[in-house]
This record gives sequence, structure tokens and C-alpha cells, in this order.
Amino acid sequence: MKKLINKAEDVVTDELQGIAAAHPDLVRVHIGPNFVVRADAPVKGKVALVSGGGSGHEPMHGGFVGVGMLDAACPGEVFTSPTPDQMLEATKAVNGGAGVVHIVKNYTGDVMNFDMAAEMARGEGIEIESVLVDDDVAVQDSLYTAGRRGVGTTVLMEKIAGAAVEERRPLKEVAEIARHVNANGRSMGMALTSCTVPAAGKPTFELGDDEMEIGIGIHGEPGRERMKLKPVSEIVEMMAVAVVEDIPYKRGDQVLAFVNGMGGTPLIELYVVFNEVNKFLEGRGVKIARNLIGSYITSLEMAGFSITLLKLDDELTKLWDAPVKTPGLRWGA
Amino acid sequence: MSVPYDQVVQFVRGFAKVVAENKEYLTQLDSAIGDADHGINMDRGMQAAQAKLDEVPEGDVGNLLKTVGMTLVSTVGGAGGPLYGTLFMQMGAAVAGKPELSPQDWAEALTKGLEGVIMRGKAELGDKTMVDALAPARDALKEALDEGASFGDALRRSAAAAEEAMKGTIPLVARKGRASYLGERSAGHQDPGATSSYLLLKTAADTWADADP
Repeated sequence: MKKLINKAEDVVTDELQGIAAAHPDLVRVHIGPNFVVRADAPVKGKVALVSGGGSGHEPMHGGFVGVGMLDAACPGEVFTSPTPDQMLEATKAVNGGAGVVHIVKNYTGDVMNFDMAAEMARGEGIEIESVLVDDDVAVQDSLYTAGRRGVGTTVLMEKIAGAAVEERRPLKEVAEIARHVNANGRSMGMALTSCTVPAAGKPTFELGDDEMEIGIGIHGEPGRERMKLKPVSEIVEMMAVAVVEDIPYKRGDQVLAFVNGMGGTPLIELYVVFNEVNKFLEGRGVKIARNLIGSYITSLEMAGFSITLLKLDDELTKLWDAPVKTPGLRWGA
Repeated sequence: MSVPYDQVVQFVRGFAKVVAENKEYLTQLDSAIGDADHGINMDRGMQAAQAKLDEVPEGDVGNLLKTVGMTLVSTVGGAGGPLYGTLFMQMGAAVAGKPELSPQDWAEALTKGLEGVIMRGKAELGDKTMVDALAPARDALKEALDEGASFGDALRRSAAAAEEAMKGTIPLVARKGRASYLGERSAGHQDPGATSSYLLLKTAADTWADADP
């Protein structure tokens, strides 16, 4: 597998140095422990928003640090949860004295490392609210699984909660808004290929030329079901039905439709997908009030896409529209 | 009868070596039902822990194990970091201040370590995790010691129990961790966490059993 890297073990450090060099007006990068903070951190009197996760999902999370979104992001090794010391130092670096919200994607590693970090931060007198993202409909939330994974809704939550903290809303209110986003967001993903973790040197799984994997996550792991490739209209129908019928989203609902590329799928195909999503939702009487199309929560070079729907109300729409100035998302500023 | 401090150091070095040797294998197991990083992560963590060994003031086995645990927490990441970190930290707490490990000390350390792992990860037997190897290993050790077996025999029985249990994870459907997203597809694959736990118990036997056959 060809990669544009020097040594596999240096990928994350090399990337962070690249980010620091590219965006000094937006962020500061700390190496050892690794974290990215907004250039003007800490912002006194403002609730701070911290997230993190494995590297390999860029622009999430480091690319979403700046005004109107995350105060800090903690990058782990590729597809590996970051460690508590990263979250603790990042939390302290952005603590403005009004508390800190941790946005935690529901993966066993992320949850445990963030839990340990929150314990440590609380031990140092910082008030922490942890918000879980578990929007993936591909996995059953049952006693028999680790619960639903946190996927596409994470990006939307980081933007919306980021706008809320920029408005200087108090800690509990920001956490409530974030949880409200989680309750109203649902996602599903699929892949045409796996991806190769630099240190592993080969794809995590193999897919035949005429196969696709449905219900994938964002770490290159196999999904729920493997099947023969179908035309995209049928793929979207299959996935959109699963997403729409989960909450469910009903006739008359307004949504944000997020068509996300997994990293290896070109924009031309993402727009083809969005066209299908648009037709499908129209057929169901669900209005797309806002959209996001592009590769925002990726899995290295995996070819594939995910659909996320977020049910909107006036407040969420307003927070979504608010200005944001980060390496990965920028409007109104 | 007891394992002196420098033999506990050898155990840590031994585990680091075994993890490095099995890095590809553990990663391969983790590709089938995970995200292909268990071997890579554990190797990174154990290399870091090994590098710390010379800095740790000699003579306190508990402190040594605790230091290994803390290093693992801050270098491994994923689920393995908190779980193996907690395992070693709790093992260390159980034998804090001790200059050497008696067989009972090791049984107590494994017991407290296992409790920590369960507290942190909330896994139960049969969930297809490291607990599935650690629990039978601890039970076999205690049983052997209660029967009056030598420490060497008890360690070997403990490792054998871990090995059998590790293989026993193959047919299980995962209920915890990343493998659980695969549902039924996780069956038919050996669990990477149970495998690295077996390697830990095997290292204990290989390092200490010959000193006291």
C-alpha cells in the first residue's frame, strides 16, 4: 500500500507539525502530550469544548479547533484513543474557569480514557460535563454490544455546541444542547474498500472487486454485512431507510443532511449520493433545511460514505449557521 | 519460594519481548475483529515501560508494577491502555512496598488486577475479552496453591488455563469492545485481548517457574 509518509511511527507527529505550520492564526499545537488548542486559548469566562479520538479521521477533530467549534482536540495514534494525560493537559490549557465539556464518541477506548481524564480533571477542581455521541444505527444498542458507535453526528455536535459556547452559554446548558443533538442525530455508513493503518502496512480487511461493506464504522473495521455492490440509488435507499426509521424522522420534519466521504471517495460521487438522499427524503416529506457534503469524518483512504440526519429546530439551525473559523470548517468569519 | 525484585523486572522485560515478537500476530487478530492496532499499541506501551525500568528505585515490587501500569495508560491508548494500565496499577497496589513476591502475593496481585480490569471495562466472563483469559488463570493459580502445589507448578497451570481459555474465545460472540459491532461475525476468531493476557501469564510462568520447579 503506497502512503505519503516518512516512518509509520512518526505519522501523527509529522501531521501535527504540518498543522502547526499551516494554521498558526487559528491553532497552537502541543507535542508530548499531543493536543491542538485554539490560538487564543484559554478564553476567560467561556465554557471550553474538548474532544479527541484516534488520528486518521481528519479533519476530525484537530481540524475543528478554532473560533465557534472546539477549544481543544486530542489526537491519539491512528485509530487509537488518546490517553488521559492528553485530555487532562488539553482541558487545563483551555479552561476558562466556566467548566469544560468533553465530547466523547462511544467507543470503549475513548470512553475509558476520557473517563480517567475527567476523574483527574475533577481532582484538580475543573468542572467537567461529558457528552456521549452514539448515533450509529448500524449497531444494536443492547446488553450484548458496546453500544452504538459515535460517528457523523460528532461533527454536527462539535459545530453546534461550539456555537453555544461562543455565545457564552453556561456549562449545563451547553451539555444539554449537545445531548439534544445526540438524541436527534442518526447515521449509517458503507464502504467500497477498507483502509491501511500506516503501522500495520496492509488493509484491515479485504473486499472483492464487486463487494461492499454495509454498516461500517470509522476505524477500518469490518461492518455488519457484506454484499454485492448495487447501484448507488439502492444503497442510499437501504441506508436512508435504516436512518430515517430509527428515531423516526417524520413527514414535515426539517433536517440537516450530512453526506460524508470516508476519505477515499471523490466529491463527484458524494454529490451523486446527495442527489439520491435528496430524492429519498423528498419522497418521505422530510425537508432538508441545511446540508453538509464532503469528507469531514474519515477513515484514512477508505472509499465509502456515511449519511447523517439531524432533526433541526430554530435554535439548532441558528447555532449551525453561526460563524466558525477552523482549518476544517469555515463560514461567516 | 519468593520471586525477588530483579526477577519481577525480568518478567516485565520478558513480557515486552513477547509482545514485540507477537506484534504482527496480535495486530492480525485485531484486524479480523477490530481495527488492527492491538499489537502495535501494546508493543509501544511495553517498550516505553521497559525504558522506565532503570529509572524505578529498586526494591519495591508494587511500585515497579504501578509504574508499568501508569506508563501503559499514557502510551498504549485505545481500550488496551486503560485496561492493561489498570491491571498493572492494581497489581502494584496489592503488593505495595514488598521487596519480593510470594506465591500468595502473586495470587493477590492477579485477583486485585482482575478486579480493576472488570471495574474499568465492565466485562463479564464470556464477553470475549481479556477477562476470559485472566479469570481462569487466576482461578487455576489459586487452586494449585491451595492444593499445595509448588509455585512453579501453579504458574504453569495458570498459564495453561489462560491458553485454554484464550482458545475458548474463538467461538464466542463478542459483547464488548470493537468486536461487538460485528455481532455474529466476531465468532470464529480468537480474541486479541485474551491472547495478550495469555502471553502475560505465560511470561510469568517462563520467567519464574524454573527458579522454583
